[in-house]
Amino acid sequence: MPERIATIASRSGLHARPAALFAEAAGNAGVDVTISMQGEPADEALDAASILSLMTLGAAKGDVVVLRADGDGADQALDALVTLLETDLDAE
Amino acid sequence: MQNFPGVGVSPGRIIGTVRQMPKPISEPPAGEQLAAGVTPEDATAALKAASQAVHDELKGRAAHATGDGKAVLEATALMAKDTMLIKGAAKLVARGLSSERAIWESGSSVSEMLHNLGGYMAERATDVLDVRARIVAELRGVAAPGIPTSTTPFVLVAEDLAPADTATLDPNKVLALVTAGGGPQSHTAIIARSLGLPAVVAAVGVDELPDGTEVYVDGAAGTITSEPDDSLRSAADAWAATASLLAEFSGTGTTADGHLVPLLANVGGGKDAEAAAKLGAQGVGLFRTEFCFLERDSEPSVEEQAAAYKSVFDAFPGKKVVLRTLDAGADKPLPFLTDSTEPNPALGVRGYRTDFTTPGVLDRQLEAIALAEKQSEADVWVMAPMISTAEEAARFASMCADAGIKTPGVMVEVPSAALTAEAILREVGFASLGTNDLTQYAMAADRQLGPLAALNTPWQPAVLRLVGLTVEGSRAEGHNKPVGVCGEAAADPALAVVLTGLGVTTLSMTARSLAAVAAVLKTVTLAEAQQLAKLALSAPSATEARAWVREKLPVLNELGL
Repeated sequence: MPERIATIASRSGLHARPAALFAEAAGNAGVDVTISMQGEPADEALDAASILSLMTLGAAKGDVVVLRADGDGADQALDALVTLLETDLDAE
Repeated sequence: MQNFPGVGVSPGRIIGTVRQMPKPISEPPAGEQLAAGVTPEDATAALKAASQAVHDELKGRAAHATGDGKAVLEATALMAKDTMLIKGAAKLVARGLSSERAIWESGSSVSEMLHNLGGYMAERATDVLDVRARIVAELRGVAAPGIPTSTTPFVLVAEDLAPADTATLDPNKVLALVTAGGGPQSHTAIIARSLGLPAVVAAVGVDELPDGTEVYVDGAAGTITSEPDDSLRSAADAWAATASLLAEFSGTGTTADGHLVPLLANVGGGKDAEAAAKLGAQGVGLFRTEFCFLERDSEPSVEEQAAAYKSVFDAFPGKKVVLRTLDAGADKPLPFLTDSTEPNPALGVRGYRTDFTTPGVLDRQLEAIALAEKQSEADVWVMAPMISTAEEAARFASMCADAGIKTPGVMVEVPSAALTAEAILREVGFASLGTNDLTQYAMAADRQLGPLAALNTPWQPAVLRLVGLTVEGSRAEGHNKPVGVCGEAAADPALAVVLTGLGVTTLSMTARSLAAVAAVLKTVTLAEAQQLAKLALSAPSATEARAWVREKLPVLNELGL
């Protein structure tokens, strides 16, 4: 299964507005995307399109997360989502 | 015509049509099963459709909102169709629960989980409950909770309004606020006065008025009348004419014989302060600093705080700004400072007392205040809320001295502080009476409770006596230390006269009330105000105290106050 790692760039972490923007993008990705903290087992990964799951993940700025997806277009979707996580969304 | 008597909390006479605030969504009964003939698949589909509809509605509102409001609406819209929430509910439906009950329980567990995570997540827990109620409303086909949307302005009628409701209230769409519950110190009253909207609370029966009913609202007399006649129509017209006269304040509070009573404003931040300065406020009598902290999951830095304080100081160069240190707890919880599980938060660790359990926050706040003062030209006074003893006052004064703050003071809200004002004022430079809490504590009556509205008024002779005792304490102390009032009482023009007569030196209020208070104050001499104060103190009840004083102030009726 394709996977990517990304470092959270938003100042407030994956909370509030950055979480909303990311969840929405993950929901529109066309494939099911999961997210977990680096080092956590893949079967405990959370639904990346769920803002509530993202909030419980509690990823802060500088934390490294793993995104996974399967199926057609998974690679492109993951690349786009990594870019989003590595942008400081609080600055916009 | 049908008359509904209540308690007037913000003056104004208007005619408009009723829009009822939808009733809160009731909890679907525990264990409620799927209706006969409904399969779990049907119920799950209905649930998903309802969640999509709520999402779309919130998303649509977000498109018209700006700033923080937009961000909150966008996040809430996503929660409405969140897989964690919906899958949790779908599992319960598969076991036979009704879709309403299933989403209710799923919302509870998600909300509890967020609450237990603390901080920012805990603050979002209530958003999940709001979304849950909206989905249940959608499933039941009833109106969504929250302020109704309408293209024409209306009279908003509710059982009571919560802070969250009043935050989304659009003053251009609402003509007046009327509640069946609530008291004179409730959020409804406070928001109405700050927006300048006529308001009546504790008007039993108004929540039964159908939408579209035409009503006359008199926010001074405290009455609502359905199907108003011509005399009421002309009263509303007359108010519209005088209201414009009451919008101007000359900038000097004085009695008819020239006894000066500076009229100050209560503000929550820089924008408020600028608006208050434009309305002629002679300074700030209460700067509520917790507004800089609310909606925060952690303490703002000293620099961030100093910038927020400076924005208020800069609106009043050369003038007095009385800042109240952080007043968290009870109805203003802060996740990093207060314990939300206290059984009795109003009597708990709140105000100055949070320094016992979380030392350091207050020291850093004082440091920020001193920093902001250095960079501004305002005359900055600093007071601590919820002081109960002279010992606490002394400790606060020494903390201020350590930070380099010249004028420390205390709020008098706890009856013990009023009773020992002389000893307290030996330790600090001034006192300011917070009449909302002083009333709640003197009368042992929760200020949010409608059934206790009659107890919860600063017209209670016992409360006026505590005000008088505080002034006497200052006189006994011997250095003419100022005793101001910064509670909602100061915004009531009749009560402002009584407080002046009791010897209060400054009155601080929501800036919109300045002109009305000034207009009434300048019609009486100090000696007359003292007579009226005596009269109020001698009354056997709050109702009579108010009625007797109002009777001696015919100007109130002339101005529709």
